[in-house]
Amino acid sequence: MDKAAIIGIGMTKIEARRDDWTFADMAFEATRKALEDAGMTIGDIDNVITTSNDFWDGRTISCMAVGDASGASDKNVSCVEGDGTFGALYGLARTLSGSYGTTLVTAHSKGSQSVSSLITNAAFDPIYNRALGLDMIGACALQASAYMHRTGTTARQLAQVSVKNHGNALKNPVAQLGMKLSVDDVLKSEMIADPLHKLDCSPVSDGCCAIIIANEDRAKKYKGKPVWIKGVSMCADAYFFGDRDLSTAASLSKAAKQAFAQAGINDPSSQIDFAELYDAFSYQELMWLEGMGLAGDGAAGKMLEEGAFDIGGKLPVNASGGLLGGHAVIAAGLYRIAEVVRQIRGEAGAYQVKKARTGLAHGVNGLAGQSHCVWILGKDK
Amino acid sequence: MSNVFKGVEPLVVKSKISVPYHWWAGETASAFFIKLRDEQKISGTWCAACKKLFLPPRKTCPLCFSAQIEWKTVQPVGTVTAFTVVRRQLAAMPRKAPVIYAMIKIDGTETGLLHILDEVKPGDVKIGMRVEAKFAEVRKATIFDIEYFRPAR
Ligand SMILES: [Zn+2]
Repeated sequence: MDKAAIIGIGMTKIEARRDDWTFADMAFEATRKALEDAGMTIGDIDNVITTSNDFWDGRTISCMAVGDASGASDKNVSCVEGDGTFGALYGLARTLSGSYGTTLVTAHSKGSQSVSSLITNAAFDPIYNRALGLDMIGACALQASAYMHRTGTTARQLAQVSVKNHGNALKNPVAQLGMKLSVDDVLKSEMIADPLHKLDCSPVSDGCCAIIIANEDRAKKYKGKPVWIKGVSMCADAYFFGDRDLSTAASLSKAAKQAFAQAGINDPSSQIDFAELYDAFSYQELMWLEGMGLAGDGAAGKMLEEGAFDIGGKLPVNASGGLLGGHAVIAAGLYRIAEVVRQIRGEAGAYQVKKARTGLAHGVNGLAGQSHCVWILGKDK
Repeated sequence: MSNVFKGVEPLVVKSKISVPYHWWAGETASAFFIKLRDEQKISGTWCAACKKLFLPPRKTCPLCFSAQIEWKTVQPVGTVTAFTVVRRQLAAMPRKAPVIYAMIKIDGTETGLLHILDEVKPGDVKIGMRVEAKFAEVRKATIFDIEYFRPAR
């Protein structure tokens, strides 16, 4: 792969209900922050990718409305419907095509403006499944039951993920939901869908994230310190989630393997210094770690209990607080990339991890982890 | 930016997107639902290349891209491979909480059929439990022609 880098990041604070900003106000703010971070003006941006979802936005061809606020006027702009990591992958491909030296990628959502259960229910096939009334929480609860049954992972271990990530979020100024919790607090919180308690579930949030990708030449031209893209891959599993073994993440394993190979990583658990993962639900952090080979199959819960994934642990995971600390759907994976950039630059303040040469960012699209996108970022070119 | 709005009530524009859809079920799902409605039989599609029986049935194999599929009827019994008891009344649910959802591997198939469990207490549901389809009295060629699954007798 030719070299490319992330040279600017901008994140709005993730909030439960940002009622003084429209989605476009958020996109403008994230874009402005990313430009300022990179020492660029909008004229330095060669093309733009926006990431949005029509159902969440309540607007047909939702990308058309967010282009202006992302500074895309009079530029080549395209869009991705899905998680921000997938938008960023498209942005990277455009940068590497040689046609554009720099690409701005934005991803936004205002979860506070609609009813998440109805929106995620509409992701199910309307002919066979939708009328049953399952939504994302129910789908992921099914997956959690299958994962726990197969691996022996316990409810207390799930709760420990929530304790860790909500605790980490207290240290992150852009996180929404920092909380000092105990395992019992999580287990005593409302049971929404067995085995998932309320505090096992990420909140639905408002937020926008922007990143700027540059090719090797342009990466050196601005004041921002480049963070290099070492490997990126995505893989999708079957749409009908009954076709999948719900207790494993086969498409994630494949995506991670390809991304590691691109980055020249042959022993991920020793060569990845830290990770920012898509923990929309507590069990997912453990399941995705195992799927990527960063923990042995069924072993992540135990490693978590031993402190391996703490900010000061062997492999800090979601030091930022992750999605449990604030989940702007669609933008969530792009936030993970921006948080990895922050760590590698050594700018993560109270949640800075000690060793941050090589980091992993991860995004998910579809019901219960249908498709996964894995990014390996590094300090060294 | 937020300073501009200090002391000002944030206004909300209330709206709703209400668009009717009618989904053509297609020949495969039509055949499935008609058999379910008229004969109370569940049928899946067999891919000879993958040696797998898919339920719900698909016109082509979702794994190997083959269009060579054939119909097979299965018995309406299977095993729970995943389940949840949704206790909060989530907006999408068609009945009153708690609702037990399960992924059911019908005997002979390689896939999970998503449906609702009833005639069982939430606390008694287990992965590995054997269940059977309860067909609806009045059938309208929808997924609710199987009213729900219940513990196998
Ligand atoms: Zn096949």
